[in-house]
Amino acid sequence: MEFLNAIVALSNYVLVPALAYGSQLALGALGVTLIYGILRFSNFAHGDTMAFGTMITILMTWWMQSVGIGLGPLPTALLALPFGIAGCAAMVLLTDRVVYRFYRAQKVKPVILVIVSMGVMFVMNGLVRFVIGPGDQRFADGERFIITALDFRMMTGLKEGLAIKTTQGITLVTAVIVVGVLFWFLTHTRTGKSMRAYSDNEDLALLSGINPERVVLVTWLIVAALATVAGTLYGLDKSFKPFTYFQLLLPIFASAIVGGLGSPLGAIAGGFVIAFSEVTITYAWKKVLVYLMPESLEPSGLVQLMSTDYKFAVSFVILLIVLLFRPTGLFRGKAV
Amino acid sequence: MKKMMMMATAATALMAGSASAEDVKIGVILGYTGPIESLTPHMAESAELAMNEINESGAFMDGMTLVSERADSTCIDSSAATAAAERLITSDGIKGIMGADCSGVTGAILSNVAVPNGMVMISPSATSPGLSTAEDNGLFFRTAPSDARQGEVLADILTSRDISEVAVTYTNNDYGKGLSDSFVSSFEEAGGTVTLVSPHEDNKADYSAEVGALASAGGDVLVVLGYADSGGKGMIRAALDTGAFDTFMMGDGMYGDAIMADVGAYMTGSFGAVPWSSGPGTEAFAEITKEAGVNGDSSFTRESYDAAALIALAMQSAGSVEPGEYKTHVMDVANEPGEKIYPGELGKALEIIADGGEVNYEGATNVELIGPGEAAGTYREYVIEDADFKTVKFH
Repeated sequence: MEFLNAIVALSNYVLVPALAYGSQLALGALGVTLIYGILRFSNFAHGDTMAFGTMITILMTWWMQSVGIGLGPLPTALLALPFGIAGCAAMVLLTDRVVYRFYRAQKVKPVILVIVSMGVMFVMNGLVRFVIGPGDQRFADGERFIITALDFRMMTGLKEGLAIKTTQGITLVTAVIVVGVLFWFLTHTRTGKSMRAYSDNEDLALLSGINPERVVLVTWLIVAALATVAGTLYGLDKSFKPFTYFQLLLPIFASAIVGGLGSPLGAIAGGFVIAFSEVTITYAWKKVLVYLMPESLEPSGLVQLMSTDYKFAVSFVILLIVLLFRPTGLFRGKAV
Repeated sequence: MKKMMMMATAATALMAGSASAEDVKIGVILGYTGPIESLTPHMAESAELAMNEINESGAFMDGMTLVSERADSTCIDSSAATAAAERLITSDGIKGIMGADCSGVTGAILSNVAVPNGMVMISPSATSPGLSTAEDNGLFFRTAPSDARQGEVLADILTSRDISEVAVTYTNNDYGKGLSDSFVSSFEEAGGTVTLVSPHEDNKADYSAEVGALASAGGDVLVVLGYADSGGKGMIRAALDTGAFDTFMMGDGMYGDAIMADVGAYMTGSFGAVPWSSGPGTEAFAEITKEAGVNGDSSFTRESYDAAALIALAMQSAGSVEPGEYKTHVMDVANEPGEKIYPGELGKALEIIADGGEVNYEGATNVELIGPGEAAGTYREYVIEDADFKTVKFH
């Protein structure tokens, strides 16, 4: 019984939140890593691309809610997601057309593209705030919980409760599906293979007759879909506020770099490494240990390795260590 | 543009020309540019409303008139604020400062300009507890309550509810840290236990780590000293979702409609405090501002009116416009004993003082200066019911 309580407490405060947060980071990092691998620059506009896609989704969700379209217990936003993806895709294709293509044709150095992407970031950031406003927006509906802490306690008779939000469940399921489809696409389809070829060796790919503009187009489409899905899941789980999405850029880049820029598998691993390190290293283990230890050994302090003030420091220390000892990231991406 | 400049110059020259020995200049130093630039015009207008009222009564210092001299504190740039204040004192010859607004620049003006020049300052909006202990030679007052006072009020609320163990989270900036420190020390003095104090950053992606640590530490109530539309709400939401806490106590930054719309339904029984003014003074102020066409509902307009009025009443009471002489009279006119004075009655107050009587200036915010000359402030204790704030009582 004591042991079960410990497991439940740990799941409730560490495993479940970190899994959901990790999935959101992983989806974001996948987008960053794809652009880095194929278009060869760090896209600083990614956070705001997420915000843009989410904004379209939210606007569609509101419209659907107003005319009474819904998914019952599931959030309506899932239904609006395809529209968000379409809107976001249109937006990124437009920016590629009017901004990135010009620089690509000139074969500029990646660092210039990075600065260009920062410009795009500010424009998108302003656009999102202009359309939907800088404040918090609510668009989640349907059942909020799969199981609440109270229900869990009543059901099991344990002292500790385990809460699982609907959005956490959806996040995990969607992330698995999206990642599965992406990997199947990259390894089994002709377009996916040509993207990987283009990423590995641009000149050789061009010689083999791969159309670069088509590869770029498909990449942007995938990135738009990933960004919108990640942004919407995050917004459902927490809340939508343009500035928060801008701030999300930091952990997303940390995830992509830790995993290895350009490596899709690495992006996923990196997302979970960052999420778990933020939550576990600063976790106060007292609650769990009290259940596990015999009474005489129970800790009186919090058994906290580090105060939560340092949670961001933790992820960046991990980033530093990885860069020092394995500059290509955990999964052998491209050297940064 | 050139024409306008010339006109402005001419107007200034005219005003300067009309200035006589009977004029008493009061510096109104507020951040007309910067983060609170949307609030300061209303604050300045309210202060000037008080000055006009005094001038119209004709009872001030045997017919002297108050003249407002505005200067920009910028709210954040201490050197700009210091320079502005220096200029007002040396070249304009002001006799008192109504300001400054933000705590940082207020402290800078106080130590760099006001104290060396012996100038009285009454701030309407600086709430940092640090200013209570600043070296001021009795020159600094404020009509806004210090956050230290709020910490005491919050501790009192917990004691009155027999809650002895709490966890605290605050927004990681000067406001949050100052309020948290003052709350924790008052609460521990009253015999309470704080299990963990964990700061949170605003606008961050995820608050699971903070909530996890706070849940481990335990406590009957989670005290949230943050912002309603930012990290504070994120913390409450994460705590509710995981079932870590179900009752919260909230500081003044958490008072807002946004939080009620979002999570209010799950927060029944949570409580908190927010600075509030009510009673005859507030109503009278609303009336005179409406009449004068000034926005009196904006933040800190009441405190600004009171700050300007206090300077004038203290001068009248001392029978002198020299800061060194009237500084000791500020507390006298603000506190008991004496006849209660509300907004719109400044003329009456001046006459009472001139006739040798005593006044107790209540003003728009029920002014009562305590300790080193700062407003005690009135706080409204509320409890959340049906996703709405219900008043419990006033502190």
